[in-house]
Amino acid sequence: MKVVIGQGSCGIATGALKTQAEFVEQLKKQDVSVDMDLTGCVGTCYLEPIVDVYDDNGKMTRYVKVQPDRVEKIVAEHLKGGKPVEEYAITEEDQQFLAKQERVVLRHCGVIDPEHIDEYIAVGGYESARKVVTSMTQDEVIGIIKVSNLRGRGGAGFPTWFKWNAAKNNPGREKYMVCNADEGDPGAFMDRSVLEGDPHSVLEGMIIGGFAMGATEGIIYCRAEYPLAIKRLEIAMDQAREKGFLGDDIFGTGRHFDIRIKAGAGAFVCGEETALIASLEGERGMPRLKPPFPAAKGYWQLPTNINNVETYANVAWIIENGGEAFAKLGKAPSTGTKVFALAGKIKKGGLVEVPMGLKLKDVIYGIGGGIKNDRQFKAVQMGGPSGGCIPAALDDTPVTYEDIVKTGAIVGSGGMIVMDEDTCMVDMARYFLDFTKKESCGKCNYCRIGTKRMLEILERITQGKGEDGDIEKLEELAQKIKDGAMCGLGQTAPNPVLSTIRYFRNEYEDHIYRHTCTAKSCKALIHFEITDNCKGCTLCARNCPVDAISGEVKGLHVIDQEKCIKCGKCEEHCKFDAIIRK
Amino acid sequence: MSEKKSCGATRREEFKDLNPVLDKYAKVPGSLITILQQAQDIYGYLSVDTINYISEATGVKPAKIYGVATFYAQFRLKPIGKYLIMLCKGTACHVNGADNIEEAVCEYLNIQDGETTEDGVFTLNNVACLGCCSLAPVMMVRSGDGNETYGNLTKDKVVQILADIRERA
Repeated sequence: MKVVIGQGSCGIATGALKTQAEFVEQLKKQDVSVDMDLTGCVGTCYLEPIVDVYDDNGKMTRYVKVQPDRVEKIVAEHLKGGKPVEEYAITEEDQQFLAKQERVVLRHCGVIDPEHIDEYIAVGGYESARKVVTSMTQDEVIGIIKVSNLRGRGGAGFPTWFKWNAAKNNPGREKYMVCNADEGDPGAFMDRSVLEGDPHSVLEGMIIGGFAMGATEGIIYCRAEYPLAIKRLEIAMDQAREKGFLGDDIFGTGRHFDIRIKAGAGAFVCGEETALIASLEGERGMPRLKPPFPAAKGYWQLPTNINNVETYANVAWIIENGGEAFAKLGKAPSTGTKVFALAGKIKKGGLVEVPMGLKLKDVIYGIGGGIKNDRQFKAVQMGGPSGGCIPAALDDTPVTYEDIVKTGAIVGSGGMIVMDEDTCMVDMARYFLDFTKKESCGKCNYCRIGTKRMLEILERITQGKGEDGDIEKLEELAQKIKDGAMCGLGQTAPNPVLSTIRYFRNEYEDHIYRHTCTAKSCKALIHFEITDNCKGCTLCARNCPVDAISGEVKGLHVIDQEKCIKCGKCEEHCKFDAIIRK
Repeated sequence: MSEKKSCGATRREEFKDLNPVLDKYAKVPGSLITILQQAQDIYGYLSVDTINYISEATGVKPAKIYGVATFYAQFRLKPIGKYLIMLCKGTACHVNGADNIEEAVCEYLNIQDGETTEDGVFTLNNVACLGCCSLAPVMMVRSGDGNETYGNLTKDKVVQILADIRERA
């Protein structure tokens, strides 16, 4: 028997380590001896902590939401008694979350132990790299990737083979293979999950790509906010070196290729490749004009190729199964699968990997189970600060680079934030502009000043001080920033505003001309009232921090609007839905 | 730069924890961020004195080091409290009410983003995303004992958590 506990960041955040400690304790107490193992994130974040129990025939029972109080029973009845505890096991419905997915990138996440290279090797790991390095030419490798039509998973969707080929053809005494693991898009966590759950697949992808372009060194630029990912990568690199997959003589060929980690220091703009290179060189991470492209002049002015974590995680699979097999997945020219971080007002949040071309509604309803508390689905935000909001009416849009761009959003790195009728779209636009304004590096005037001006207008609107002409001003500024900014951050920064104006212009108009917030979320534009549902329980009055609520016990309560600070505590505490927003 | 400069030997003594880092990286091109990260790990923040000392060892001008240090969100120029609250303001957290959580934290601790409580127990830092989106709203509390993540926060829950920590501190 074997007990495997999911220990990605989200598992640990829900208490996986406490669960593990309780297992150790209970095994000792009940005198049971079984192997304990850990694994990465299987993607069903809403069910964490997750514990898999394998019996001696290899049959797996998956337990969900295993807080320490559930451990004693699992140990007693299943590990000792041999009878699975049905009430804690994953339900048929929740199994559908995984069953409807197509796993290439996440093929090993939540399956193998990321801290043991032998488990990765046992599922065929490093065979693709061995085959490439020992028996193929650079052009053959690039050819396979070309057939697969693998495109950059960081957001831009640029063909991977083209970049590798360019870096291969450019002369340089040293060449660098860089992995962009600076996942800065707020609301996206697929790269973290891959690095934590299957770091070797990323290393293998880099070895293969490094061979194809003729790189001498690999560098992983990883967010400092991901300490667990960095730790697991370091363990993985040490083990790969011991096995001779990295180092001076990889796979016994005499070739040198090693990888090191550089921890980023927190700057969204460093996702832009020239900014990332500046940061690698220890400078402020500010982008520069292209060309020359990094494939010609990158790190220390030498040919450099930069791909995203998820892109690399596809590579070994493609070599193993062939470019055609990958191209068959998805909807050409968007081939393969894409991992999305499904979050926001969704019932079953987590990581989902689906073939490109699946419709948005199939992801949100089919896999995600629909909207939390059965509220009305309003929009889905894709592409983070560079993307846009796609309204519910367009939910049959296929998820491909081409179709999503037509809606005004982008596939981006894969954040998919679902919003319901309570989310104010003007406030969403304000939120993203606040983010891009802070993250603008300041090099281009339009980005530095323009985003600030747009933010000021949006703040005014959400505070009820919008003026006639504000929408037009926003549109004009947006266009100028798009034209005037040098890098992707600035060029795409207005997208959240433009897409919300495009689909939710009525909400902007409600704020400006009618002084109401359509979603009843902007505090300056709403007030709270108590309805006849009030039972006079006094709970609201007792929790009001400014004593704005008065009323007799068992009598209708009233809010003094002059005193009310709209903190919403009364609404939170009312058990009779008697407090409404107007 | 008002802090008094002391003589070479005492200064080496004063920064004895940092010296091994500088011995390793000072002459390696492109290592400035790594040096600053490790210096911050040792001292908790980057003081003017630390920046000057790194400047002397690396030959990089203090103004440039300051430029790099202020560019990245990770670096701090002021000391922090015993517990660093990293309040996630990512998209998923925003949609699930992170602003309300921030309001509750600020009200309870009487500080704003980036500030430290008078008793030196808490520092509040808003961060872009902790990557635990399905547990939104989320915060991470960092201390000498490591990182602890708290998910599915509500106004009452977050205040209770901070009260518990304060009691332990």
